[in-house]
Amino acid sequence: MRYLPNSPAERAAMLEATGHRSIEELFNQIPDNLKLRGPLNLPGPLSEPEILEFFRQAASQSSRDYVSLLGAGAYTHYRPVAVDALISRGEFFTAYTPYQAELAQGTLQAMFEFQTLITQLTGMEVSNASLYDGSTATTEAVLMALRITGREKVVVARTLHPEYREVLATYVRHQNVEVAEIPCAPSGQADLSKLEAALTRETAAVVIQSPNFFGALEPIRQVAELAHQQGALLIVSIAEPLSLGIIQPPRDADIVCGEAQSFGVPVAFGGPYVGFLACREKLVRQMPGRLVGQTSDSAARRGFVLTLATREQHIRREKATSNICTNQSLCALAATIYLCLLGKKGLKALAEQNLAKAHYAAEQLRAVPGVATPFSAPFFNEFVVKVPGEAEGLLAALRDEKIIGGLNLARFYPELKNHLLVCVTETVSRAAIDRMREVYRRIQTQSNSSGSAAEIPSASVARN
Amino acid sequence: MENRIRHARTHITRNEDLIFERTSPGKSGVELPPLDVPSVPADQLLGSDFHRDEVEGFPEVSELEVIRHFTRLSTWNYGVDTGLYPLGSCTMKYNPRVNEVVARLDGLATDHPYAPEALAQGCLRVLHETARCLAEITGMDAVSLQPAAGAQGELTGILMIRACLAERGNPRKYILIPDSAHGTNPASATISGYEVRNIKSNAQGCVDLAELDRALTEDVAGLMLTNPNTLGIFEAKIAEICELVHSRGGLVYMDGANMNALVGVARPADFGVDVMHLNLHKTFTTPHGGGGPGSGPVAVKRFLEPYLPLPVVEKTADGTYRLDSSRPKSIGRVRAFCGNFGMAVRALAYILANGYEGLRQTTEDAVLNANYVMTRLKDLYDLPYDQPCMHECVFSDRRQAARGVRTMDIAKRLIDYGFHPYTTAFPLIVSGALMIEPTESAGKTELDEFIEAMRAIAEEIEEDPQFVLKAPYSTRVSRLDEATAARKPILRWKP
Repeated sequence: MRYLPNSPAERAAMLEATGHRSIEELFNQIPDNLKLRGPLNLPGPLSEPEILEFFRQAASQSSRDYVSLLGAGAYTHYRPVAVDALISRGEFFTAYTPYQAELAQGTLQAMFEFQTLITQLTGMEVSNASLYDGSTATTEAVLMALRITGREKVVVARTLHPEYREVLATYVRHQNVEVAEIPCAPSGQADLSKLEAALTRETAAVVIQSPNFFGALEPIRQVAELAHQQGALLIVSIAEPLSLGIIQPPRDADIVCGEAQSFGVPVAFGGPYVGFLACREKLVRQMPGRLVGQTSDSAARRGFVLTLATREQHIRREKATSNICTNQSLCALAATIYLCLLGKKGLKALAEQNLAKAHYAAEQLRAVPGVATPFSAPFFNEFVVKVPGEAEGLLAALRDEKIIGGLNLARFYPELKNHLLVCVTETVSRAAIDRMREVYRRIQTQSNSSGSAAEIPSASVARN
Repeated sequence: MENRIRHARTHITRNEDLIFERTSPGKSGVELPPLDVPSVPADQLLGSDFHRDEVEGFPEVSELEVIRHFTRLSTWNYGVDTGLYPLGSCTMKYNPRVNEVVARLDGLATDHPYAPEALAQGCLRVLHETARCLAEITGMDAVSLQPAAGAQGELTGILMIRACLAERGNPRKYILIPDSAHGTNPASATISGYEVRNIKSNAQGCVDLAELDRALTEDVAGLMLTNPNTLGIFEAKIAEICELVHSRGGLVYMDGANMNALVGVARPADFGVDVMHLNLHKTFTTPHGGGGPGSGPVAVKRFLEPYLPLPVVEKTADGTYRLDSSRPKSIGRVRAFCGNFGMAVRALAYILANGYEGLRQTTEDAVLNANYVMTRLKDLYDLPYDQPCMHECVFSDRRQAARGVRTMDIAKRLIDYGFHPYTTAFPLIVSGALMIEPTESAGKTELDEFIEAMRAIAEEIEEDPQFVLKAPYSTRVSRLDEATAARKPILRWKP
């Protein structure tokens, strides 16, 4: 086996040194009746070219030749080649959690930089060194708020990513926690009057996403005022953090968490991604996950260490702030490199391109008769479209043109039948947007001539 | 001239600043293609409440500076690629390069998790085939690749135990955990709504059957057990343990962190285990990445299958694959989307490279390596549980502590000899533990060098313990002040 460094002669010499007569003898602690009899039914062994062939074949059964307008928590952005070149250095990707700080200053300094970048983006004072993904980061933020306030009720906007809400439900099911959901207003934002009514002195936290699942920006300051009036914490979840390049960070929040996949991490069918969690400094001792701190060595040189470990499971065991053992270091490193490459100017320019492309697409689509963008709130690179006729029919017609036209919202919101969530990043060309518009036009004409003209609800507002 | 050189600063490769300190306004490491749609007035479109002009303090550097910055940082790290990394319980084995190549293929790295299933058959097939292989290796009936890491696998497994017992009428109150267990075990059980009861290990470092018998009241939902345990010892009474737990109506969770000792040799399903997790980043060579991403699939017996987290990948009668998200008994979703898919790609590439024969040889080498190290060091280091080990061996610093040198000090000195240290001070049941897991990825030559280094350090401790206490001497920074870091946390750069 090509990965194994020992020769048969070396194995024999080592076995002899241990005083055992055979390799089998090394496994004598396992009772005979528990040992495997006969080979496992596994494929392989394969040579390297055969492995490549296997996966190339799998990769060919994919949507790689399609233009994708899917977002919904996983965003396709261009990844500069320097990201993979750097994270592929063995010193980074074959190292472990930096328990031995003197041998891990590279990882530690990079994580310190990640923490700094996240605080700059989010407007918070401290950030941890990353969590699994946006859904678990949001859940951990809620658990953190429950610990801080000692309260047991949480109010969550229904405009928070549906899968984030499902993960939260899984985690708090056995914690005596009550989760209330706030519906969406006609603007596509959370309904603030319903939010106000749901808040009590027992509310630990309000959880809101911005841009929310529909792409709409939420009025964070007003939400913060409502939450803080009742002594609740405000948690803002951000699934598309590129928006922070051009949109004010939620400075009035107490905890800002989310998903940093947009920053140089491939969509890769859902993972691995990189969650982040940032907060006000006074809350830091209730934070979950790894934290890197600056310190100095015996010669007063600057260095970095894992710190505040007394929050964590390897010290506190069942009393830890979280069961999380590690962070998402390599993905956080990718995000750090990506953000350093873009820098202040690049981040802003890229965010502006996303804003322009999405608004161009929204304009083109709603110019098609029978098509509406029903939500009036400002948006970044993602928006909702009400389509003429059946959404699935339109999506199929778009697929014929090698376009994945967005997410059918009925999957998560039965009340939004024939609504698509459309995401337009810098990777989607004007030509593709125009092609998409033509498919919409064709479908609209067809549904008109077949006598089932699409209705546009009078409440829908086309915004310019 | 001589004077000037003496006063010059060491080259930047040893003193790389923070990226924020290398910034100069106006630079960027990327140039975007021209915008092909009309630009929009962002401030008017978004309004002053929402519009942000710039991110204050953000770096402004060129591409070359980014390359140099992170390349320099990388040289201050030590990885499996650098040399022996015998960090016990972490299984720091070789991460094959082909894994990295296939995980980055267009079509696997680029498919969106909400892509129509008809267009994502390749990704779904990889997930299904990985799950099938892991089921075969563990002997279990069904596998979910959803959990993002080992600790989340534990949580998932315990939630499934809870769901199953609740359906039988009573979820019960307690989870039993041996005192040798990893800290994530009790933390995961607590989030699942259970109270933890620790059970003491016996003189052989294993579960004490009499103690277990006493602890197994009708309130106990189950036992969380690591096998081989954290001492590197196989729980030989595992079948009896499982039977006993089952006879009281409880279930057995196995922490599969140490599966590198068992693959191709024995299967947890045959022990009587009901549910377990695997760490793809340990046994199945996905990279540790400096601390993640991991992946912690759960494997279950048939009766627990209805409780698996959502979604579940299924193969349909016509040979196509689909995601099933409508399973009423499921514990729900533990993570958005389809788990750490990229890690499944790498793990499958590893399994394919090896086949059964390669995996079995790998396990044999891992166990042989650990026993070789143990045999050649036990005359100088105290071995509290003196018996053949599986994939790792655990010494105590008892003899060196008598000279004032503890396990962490020996670890720091080992760095000067060019090795990454072993795991220090764990498991907790060994005072001053030195937990050594060479894995199969160390050849005899390197193990001999490691053994010589450990023997040399033992001698140094006899001759001059003070010298060892100040190690390491060879690294860019010496020992760091952790106490001040925790007392006055500095967690970000400020201008």
